Amino acid sequence: MADLPVARASRDDTGRHLTGWGSGHFAMTEVLRIESLHKRYSHDSSEVHALKGVNLVVKQGEFVSLMGPSGSGKSTLLNVLGCLDRPTEGSYHLGGEDVSRMGDDQLSSIRSRYLGFIFQQYNLLPQYTVVENIEIPLIYQGIRLDSESRARCVGLAELVGLGHRLDHRPMQLSGGQQQRVAIARSLVNRPQLILADEPTGNLDTKTSHEIMTLLSKLNMSGKTIVMVTHENDIAKWSKRIVRMRDGVIESDEDNTPDPIDESGPGLPMHLLEEAA
Amino acid sequence: MDAFSVALVSGLACLAVFLATTDKGRRGLELALRSLWLHKLRSFLSMLGIIIGTSAVIILMAFGEGSERDVLEDIKRLGTTNIIIRSVKPPDDSNTNRRQMVATYGLTYSDLEVLATIPSITRLVPMRVFPQETRRSARSHNSRVVATVPQYAEVNDLTLVQGRFLVPDDDERMNNVCVLGQETAKSLFPFEEPLGSSVKLGEFVYVVVGILAERMPTGGTGGSQAAEDFNQDIYIPLQTARGRFGERIQIRSAGSRSAEKVDMHQITVTVEDIDKVRPTGEIIRSILGDTDRHPRQDWALTVPLDRLELVERTKANIRQSLGIYASISLLVGGIGIMNVMLATVTERTREVGIRRALGAKRSDITFQFLIETMVQTGIGGLLGVAFGVAYVFAHAALKTLPMAAMLFQDGSPSPILHVPSITWSLSTAVGVGVIFGIYPALRAAYMDPIEALRHV
Repeated sequence: MADLPVARASRDDTGRHLTGWGSGHFAMTEVLRIESLHKRYSHDSSEVHALKGVNLVVKQGEFVSLMGPSGSGKSTLLNVLGCLDRPTEGSYHLGGEDVSRMGDDQLSSIRSRYLGFIFQQYNLLPQYTVVENIEIPLIYQGIRLDSESRARCVGLAELVGLGHRLDHRPMQLSGGQQQRVAIARSLVNRPQLILADEPTGNLDTKTSHEIMTLLSKLNMSGKTIVMVTHENDIAKWSKRIVRMRDGVIESDEDNTPDPIDESGPGLPMHLLEEAA
Repeated sequence: MDAFSVALVSGLACLAVFLATTDKGRRGLELALRSLWLHKLRSFLSMLGIIIGTSAVIILMAFGEGSERDVLEDIKRLGTTNIIIRSVKPPDDSNTNRRQMVATYGLTYSDLEVLATIPSITRLVPMRVFPQETRRSARSHNSRVVATVPQYAEVNDLTLVQGRFLVPDDDERMNNVCVLGQETAKSLFPFEEPLGSSVKLGEFVYVVVGILAERMPTGGTGGSQAAEDFNQDIYIPLQTARGRFGERIQIRSAGSRSAEKVDMHQITVTVEDIDKVRPTGEIIRSILGDTDRHPRQDWALTVPLDRLELVERTKANIRQSLGIYASISLLVGGIGIMNVMLATVTERTREVGIRRALGAKRSDITFQFLIETMVQTGIGGLLGVAFGVAYVFAHAALKTLPMAAMLFQDGSPSPILHVPSITWSLSTAVGVGVIFGIYPALRAAYMDPIEALRHV
């Protein structure tokens, strides 16, 4: 397995905004940069201040867990990161582009080009087969669906171990299999950032491990992943754990496995090897 | 086809081409068909309003066309460039005619001469009609004697099976010749060859010179236009009638005896051009309306073309009320579809959220739901057209069913497919889809994606 250089959590502002994806020094490219981000909701007369000045930088190849109790603002942050919501204040740069002031259509376009989503509820479309579900993001990217794109979707289905279930509908699949389809779908547009919202929340321990193995493999092949979870066991799979409380970041820890100490915290290598 | 229909057809064609050839269109169409197929019964029920509305338009328009054709054929039989003037017996007014046994009224030879001076008239065909027993040795037949001129055959489109019609020479020489209608000939000559034989009319003997072909009687339409049954007729030259029978006609009925003096019962006027029919009619009206000429209203004038106008007016009325029916039923159908679409949008809130998260723009969502509604109304329209057209062609067969007698009167018009009504109703159906689909589609598109994803 390739030993990819992994950037550590960093708060030091290099001041350099690298433009474009995949250009410049691969390992040091910033995928996203958030500065003094605020989000306020007004419900009727009361106002909820969900995010109170969040600063976060995620670089290429990182695997970040976003943790925190409910109401800590982690879901709000994930929505902002996923360009489904706009911050009230502050800036959000995604791949060098300031997306915090973009319009709805531009945000849709950003989602379709740069982001992959994995949800707790899998969120597959029930009327579509496995392959068709994987194809959906391509439709909104304006890509012509042809044998080439079909081959790519089939390839992704095979990657997540569902090559024999191509024409099944989501209802015919187990939860773990559905989540694998969702992962394949999140990869189809070659996203720069994968956002996972409690990807194992509905799965049993064994299946959770399978899914996390898959995500770890993806991360090792260079995919940047930000995952919301409230389970420590799941967060352990990631390389960096960001904890939130009351709308601010409480702690930001490195969770990279010590290459010498196999028993230390971090990636359970035995599980990965087992899956492989 | 008028410009309006052309525009509709090309609009529909553009839409069809867009849906069939572009990537986006094909995908939208497939998506729409798929989700409609997923809820077959629901889709069909919500389409029902559109189906009924469309087929009603097709069927009613076809009946309108059918009745128009019936009337047009009637008019054609009467001749579109003809004007018919008839003598009418005025109501018995005691002052003038009390003592006289002979009722004198109607069109005169003097009228005929004056009418002949109108330049736009190309033909004047006068006729006298009186009932007279026709005899052939022991047989007799109560036929209608028509004294007329040779052009009568052209005006009434009479065809002969044997011999000839009257010729100008017959009139000039007051020849005792006659032409028999089909029924008269059959009744008088059941076994013999009528041509060249003679029949007796009153005191004189006439030589049969021609036999008419069987012919459909013209429908009586009331007013001054009575039904004519040409098959019972016997035709003699006008001047012959004048000489042999004189000016008076004896009518015996139920023991009483009356006589009348009528120069001519009818004059059929042929006008050179269809545009001059109405002006010429007005001129004739003003000539005959002169009180010196006709102190009483003892004549009546019919312009068959007026009936055409009547038909057109009726058709415009039918179209207008049809438009109202169609709009009501399509409105109801559209509201039904909108209702179902709103429910569908709510039901598929999560799907909208997923699609938005995966990069769908608002316009993609709008397009998806709008196409779905349009496909639904379009299919409904097509089904309605199919049903309507099928009915139009099956009408003749359906009419023979025993129950149908209660619905259809004898002689009710048969429907004829009115082709433009297909394009109208189809494009209206698709239009209804657009109008009633836009709100649910926009509602779906403007959902908050986060809320939509949370929707269960």
